[in-house]
Amino acid sequence: MVPLTWYLFLAAALFCIGVFGALSRRNAIAVLMGIELMLNAVNINLVAFWRYTDLGQMTGQLFAVFVITVAAAEACVGLALIITIYRQRHTVNVEELDTMKG
Amino acid sequence: MSNPIFNLAVLLPLLPFLAFVLILLWTGRNKRLSAGLAVGSIGLSWILGWAIAIAAFRVEGFGANPFLAFRNWLPTGPTWQAFGIVIDPLTAVMLIMVPFVCFLIFVYSVGYMGIGKPEGQHDVRGWPAEPGHVDPLVSRFFAYVALFATGMLGLILADNLILLFIFWEIMGLCSYLLIGFWFARKYPDPKQITPKEAGLKAFMTTRIGDTIMLAGILLLWIQTNSLSFSEIFKPQTLASLATTTANLPILGPTPWATLIAILIFWGAIGKSAQFPLHVWLPDAMEGPTPVSALIHAATMVSAGVYLIIRTYPLMQAVPHGPALQFISFIGAFTALFAATIAFTQNDIKKVLAYSTISQLGYMFAALGIGAYIAATLHLLTHAFFKALLFLGSGSVIHGMEHGHHAVGHSAHGDTEAAGHDEVSVSPARFDPQDMRNMGGLFKRMPRTAWTFIIGGLALSGFPIVTAGFWSKDEILADAFVNGHTLVFVTLAVAALLTAFYTARQIVMTFFGRPRTEAAEHASERDSIFAWMTIPLMVLGVFAVVAGWVAIPEDFPILGALSSNPFHHFIGGLAEALEIEANPLPFRLSPLVVSLIVALGGLLLGWLVYRGYAGKGAPAEGSPLEIPDPMARPLGRAYTVLQRKYYFDELYHAVFVKGALRLSNWLFRVDDLWVIDPIVDGVGRLGRWFSEISRRFDTAIVDGAVNGIAAITNWMGGIVRGIQTGRVQNYLLVGLVTVSVLLGAFLLLPK
Repeated sequence: MVPLTWYLFLAAALFCIGVFGALSRRNAIAVLMGIELMLNAVNINLVAFWRYTDLGQMTGQLFAVFVITVAAAEACVGLALIITIYRQRHTVNVEELDTMKG
Repeated sequence: MSNPIFNLAVLLPLLPFLAFVLILLWTGRNKRLSAGLAVGSIGLSWILGWAIAIAAFRVEGFGANPFLAFRNWLPTGPTWQAFGIVIDPLTAVMLIMVPFVCFLIFVYSVGYMGIGKPEGQHDVRGWPAEPGHVDPLVSRFFAYVALFATGMLGLILADNLILLFIFWEIMGLCSYLLIGFWFARKYPDPKQITPKEAGLKAFMTTRIGDTIMLAGILLLWIQTNSLSFSEIFKPQTLASLATTTANLPILGPTPWATLIAILIFWGAIGKSAQFPLHVWLPDAMEGPTPVSALIHAATMVSAGVYLIIRTYPLMQAVPHGPALQFISFIGAFTALFAATIAFTQNDIKKVLAYSTISQLGYMFAALGIGAYIAATLHLLTHAFFKALLFLGSGSVIHGMEHGHHAVGHSAHGDTEAAGHDEVSVSPARFDPQDMRNMGGLFKRMPRTAWTFIIGGLALSGFPIVTAGFWSKDEILADAFVNGHTLVFVTLAVAALLTAFYTARQIVMTFFGRPRTEAAEHASERDSIFAWMTIPLMVLGVFAVVAGWVAIPEDFPILGALSSNPFHHFIGGLAEALEIEANPLPFRLSPLVVSLIVALGGLLLGWLVYRGYAGKGAPAEGSPLEIPDPMARPLGRAYTVLQRKYYFDELYHAVFVKGALRLSNWLFRVDDLWVIDPIVDGVGRLGRWFSEISRRFDTAIVDGAVNGIAAITNWMGGIVRGIQTGRVQNYLLVGLVTVSVLLGAFLLLPK
């Protein structure tokens, strides 16, 4: 059986990709995708820890399902925001969306 | 012992005061009601006053046990100033005279001021009304005289000097207000004094005396710690005042009693118009005639004499001391001095004014030589006959005005009703007070004439019948018996002159033939004369009988008929106060002198002025141009007398002008060297301070406020850099922070 560490490395790698995507991409949709990656990395961790430590309970899977649900809602809200911003400003470049600048 | 009616004495001054307040505040518009209030209030005071006085006469040994009532009023250090009344024989006899004379004069005023007559169309406020019209300000007149009655009644009841002084000043105020009652009146001759100026003159002149008197009162209070008469007149107090001395700059050590007595006497000099403060009284005749009778003949001016009688124990604390000598000197000198002026005056009221000054001088001379009772008697009798004379002169003046008015209407139309403003007064205005315009009024105004003659005879001391004889004779006798020869001679000469000018006045006014048309048409038939002549008749009776209460017991024949109740009554008080007042032994020589001067003066006056009066009106020209029979024999001296020894001019040059110059000079000094530099200095200092303040403001206050704002702004500038508005930056910060914390958590030792 594949050891737990591998899964953890995979999840860490996926999370790093997600962070990098969220921080460095200029397209708002790409940023959103980076966030999705980070969430899924977490999901991998949850499922992996459930499988290797606590088979008797459904906690890990349940959390993963919750995360997926929340991620779907989040993507939904995020995309709606991006569409609205695009309608207003004709851009989805996050570098230009700095109206909150102090 | 003490009759309960004495407790009502406090109402005596309060009733007229109530009338004063009511008239002033509410009834001023209703002239009849105002007059009625004043007359009614004084009428009640009169009845009450006589009831009190009669109750007092019935008390045995009243002089030793006077009625006293007081309440503590002002705390002054360890003691109290009391507010109280005293009724002793002196107050009692004054209560016989004062409210009664006041009442009669109030009644007379009702007629004199024309109550019940229609309002004149052209009458000006503050100007005498046309004959037959009511005075426009008559309510005010009655308010003032009511207040005056308050002052006089309060004065005679006051039991201490400070209360006396308060009422004294109330009278001074009323005198001022009433002299200037016709305040708008102006004369074509700018040198003739107007009522307004006369009031001011009277007020200022008496103020000199009052100030000195107040100084005396204060010194007395410092020395004795009390101003109540009963306290001051205790023998030990008087003895200590007489023995302790004050060191005066020039005079050296002087007993306090002498110093205080002389200072207080100065108040009397001012109030009673004695030399050298006599100048105000003749000019006070500018007031309405009832005022002259009430204030400037019967009551207020005699308040000075009353003051000296009241404080007599203090005056004689040093027996035969300089205080008494000073009083007798001033009195005798004034008596003669004023009498010499009186017989050259042509204004009927001025003659009486100088006569009043002279008679008051008589009283002071009497007090100075110790004739305590005689002075009191003369004070009373003089009040009656001088009030009578003044009221009579007022009646004459009204009669003349009516005559003039009648002539004016029939002959050349209504000349004077055109209005009273300055312009319309013709230069040759008819003077109804000038005796040279009169003559022959006896037939036209018989009631006035009879009563005036009775008053005149009383004034000149017509023997046996009149009151003036008994009082004057007693003064002369006292001076003679006690060896005051100089005073005796002076007073005798003054009495001669008095009789002379009285005869002159009567002859010029009532006898002979009329010298003007106004005198020709003068009458006392108008309805107002009913009000005016009744008081004259009553006073006429009193001018005769008032002396009968004081006929000396050893006077030939008449003495046996009377027991001299006045002497016994006042003598009781004198005894209680340790004043020497024994009945005089009868001497023939002063009586003879008294008879000679009275009868001789009258006869002389009649002889000299008979011819003058008999001539009647001159064929052409004014009667004012007929020379006085005395003018030729006296020559230049006559002019000096007629100009009143130039005292008015002298005082004007020295005091009035001097005061003006001094104030002008002081004004300049003040302006240039004191006030201006101070004001400028204050201004500069203020500017200097504000400059400093301004700098402080700009630098420190403004700097602090702006500085705080600048610092905040600067720090905000730093912090705002963090706020990029880019979500990725925030995320990065979050990541780094979490990483650092995680790293720290993992790496740092537990």
